[in-house]
Amino acid sequence: MQDIFVSIILPAAVFMGVLGVILGAVIGVFAKYFKVESDPRVDLVTELLPGANCGGCGKAGCSDFAKSVVSGENSPGKCPVSSPEQVSSIAQALGIDAGESFARRAVVCCGGDMEQMVRTPNYNGVLDCASAVLVSGGPKGCSYGCIGMGSCARKCPFGAIEIINNLAVVHRELCVGCGTCAAVCPRGVIKMVPADADVHVYCNNPEKGPDKRKVCKVSCLGCRKCERYSADMFGTNGFLASVKYDADKLPTASDVEAIGCPTGALLTVERHLQIETNDPEYSEDENK
Amino acid sequence: MKINNSAALSFKGGIHPSGDGKNLSSAKAIESAPIFERYFVLLGQNAGKAPEAVVAKGDAVKKYQLIAKASGFVSANLHAPTSGTVAGVTTIPGPMGVPAQAIEIVSDGLDEAVEPFSAIEWQKADNKVLLDRVAECGLVGMGGASFPTHVKLSPPPDKAIDTLIFNGAECEPYLTADHRLMIEYTDPVLEGAAIVGKILGVSNIFIGVEINKADAISELQKLADKYGIKIVPLKVRYPQGSEKQLINSITGREVRSGGLPMDAGCVVQNVGTAKAVYDAVVKGLPLVERVVTVTGEVVAEPGNWLVRIGTPVIKVIELAKGVTANPGKLILGGPMMGFAQKSFDVPVSKNTSGILLLSKEVAVNYGSGSCIRCGRCVSACPMHLVPCLLGCAIEGERYDLAAANHVMDCLECGACAYICPAHRPLIQHMRRAKAEIRRRNAK
Repeated sequence: MQDIFVSIILPAAVFMGVLGVILGAVIGVFAKYFKVESDPRVDLVTELLPGANCGGCGKAGCSDFAKSVVSGENSPGKCPVSSPEQVSSIAQALGIDAGESFARRAVVCCGGDMEQMVRTPNYNGVLDCASAVLVSGGPKGCSYGCIGMGSCARKCPFGAIEIINNLAVVHRELCVGCGTCAAVCPRGVIKMVPADADVHVYCNNPEKGPDKRKVCKVSCLGCRKCERYSADMFGTNGFLASVKYDADKLPTASDVEAIGCPTGALLTVERHLQIETNDPEYSEDENK
Repeated sequence: MKINNSAALSFKGGIHPSGDGKNLSSAKAIESAPIFERYFVLLGQNAGKAPEAVVAKGDAVKKYQLIAKASGFVSANLHAPTSGTVAGVTTIPGPMGVPAQAIEIVSDGLDEAVEPFSAIEWQKADNKVLLDRVAECGLVGMGGASFPTHVKLSPPPDKAIDTLIFNGAECEPYLTADHRLMIEYTDPVLEGAAIVGKILGVSNIFIGVEINKADAISELQKLADKYGIKIVPLKVRYPQGSEKQLINSITGREVRSGGLPMDAGCVVQNVGTAKAVYDAVVKGLPLVERVVTVTGEVVAEPGNWLVRIGTPVIKVIELAKGVTANPGKLILGGPMMGFAQKSFDVPVSKNTSGILLLSKEVAVNYGSGSCIRCGRCVSACPMHLVPCLLGCAIEGERYDLAAANHVMDCLECGACAYICPAHRPLIQHMRRAKAEIRRRNAK
């Protein structure tokens, strides 16, 4: 027993110990003389960013965005996810201007769930919008509306999109406006709108009114009732009404009531959610 | 005539669909369809740019009259299928599942025709004259891709073409349109093939026919010597009629990845196109009708009809005495590569070779499972790709990996999905990846 200790274990332990000391010294020397200078401000900004890595700013992730902010390429306001307080704290830390912030929210411009839309013959392919659009456009009759297979909901980094009765619905209180869903949607139904816009046209079909009516009960007929109410707030593009999001004054719930859209394509976000969730009491504040 | 299957030429890979359904309509002679009340001639029915309508609402047109003019080199003219009044350019359900623009013609029932073009003595004619005639008559590839024929017949001067192949393989199950065409229009097909040979300056002309069409092979062989055309019996193997596979079967050449048949010194045309070339050059008639197979287990009387371009599909199905049971799926083209439709109002286009109504039992929705790595798709793929790997890569949205593994070479023949024991929707994945990669490259 004594022999084994002296002849095997002790030399091995001494050897390992000496090796550890030498290598440690080497690492110490390298760490001192070959140190990569990093900008502490990048780490600071990364720390202050939301860290969702959603890509809404156009950069590969939050640390990439932080680098571009420090280098002056982007202003902190370009992060669509950060709240105004977060943006100003970044600007303060760097001692720069916060820049124009553009808080956006996603809206699915379609109100055609399976009860409103004509159904088409069985689609029995891959349950993915990008595949369905290549075959015959999924189970709904409309060729412009939401397909409802949830490609956007699966991609949303914030879980803000819910598929209700084959229709994608954005929960505005969860949405941060990164734009990931709008990039995924093969039909382009998802639009990025100013965060304070409360009224939207829930239709994306540019065809003539009677043709739309054949496939969907809640389509915009292009009757121009809203445009006659206020040409400042609403426009009509072909046979499809649109809200003028860049106008000075955005429409409100009382405007919607005053217009009284004949098909109900023009709705407030809250009313739209109440219809789709089938819960007349639904309120965004409660859900928060 | 009896030909041994193992002696016939073939390519590597492919599948043999069991119960190919050809016997439903292969013995039915081609019948001419009557004049219907309305025709919808799709504007964007050729590959490339859609032609521009040259008629307006209320115009009176006659059969063979030009109604839409080619809007560029890769575009094809359209002609009125019958006489009547133009009801305007309307939006109708298109064959690709999205609404499409079509010229609506209300027939007057008289079927009056304008004077056809003058006949050309093609043996002596200048190639330019022949090519212009082909373009004037709005000819496109009638096998399925609808590529304008005059473009295919004008290869760039640096590509030496030494072989011309006509595809009479008709490897798609159920379809018999080309089969009947070769039997009933043997001479026009062969003469049309010879005209195309003259345009390209090629004397090496083959017509490849699968040996399950022995009657067509013997009919063609009776007259082939007159035009110096070789009839090649091919093995019954899907996709024998795909141009790259056909070139490989007949000449032994391979078309390089991403290349065109002209890179292998070949031009491939469908036999239907050969007949259309004959009509255009010898008779001076524009392309306004084609042979369409109406078939499927639920069709009351399957058969082959000579149908005007623009006839709504539902009218053609009525010619076949309708259906005996509720159909599960309507497909334009064959069951392997055809396109499922969501409306019976889509019209027949220049490339509609078949109208197929599958029964609910056949068009059943198989649940798809995980890849079990059996590799059957690898041996079935005629393009020598690895579909199982591509399928997994695309499911994970690794389009870069799919592109590196040549997903763009996939011809969407469906052999891999047909053979897959896990019923994986491989073709849908491939199509999605190809669309996505094209979209990214276009950016």
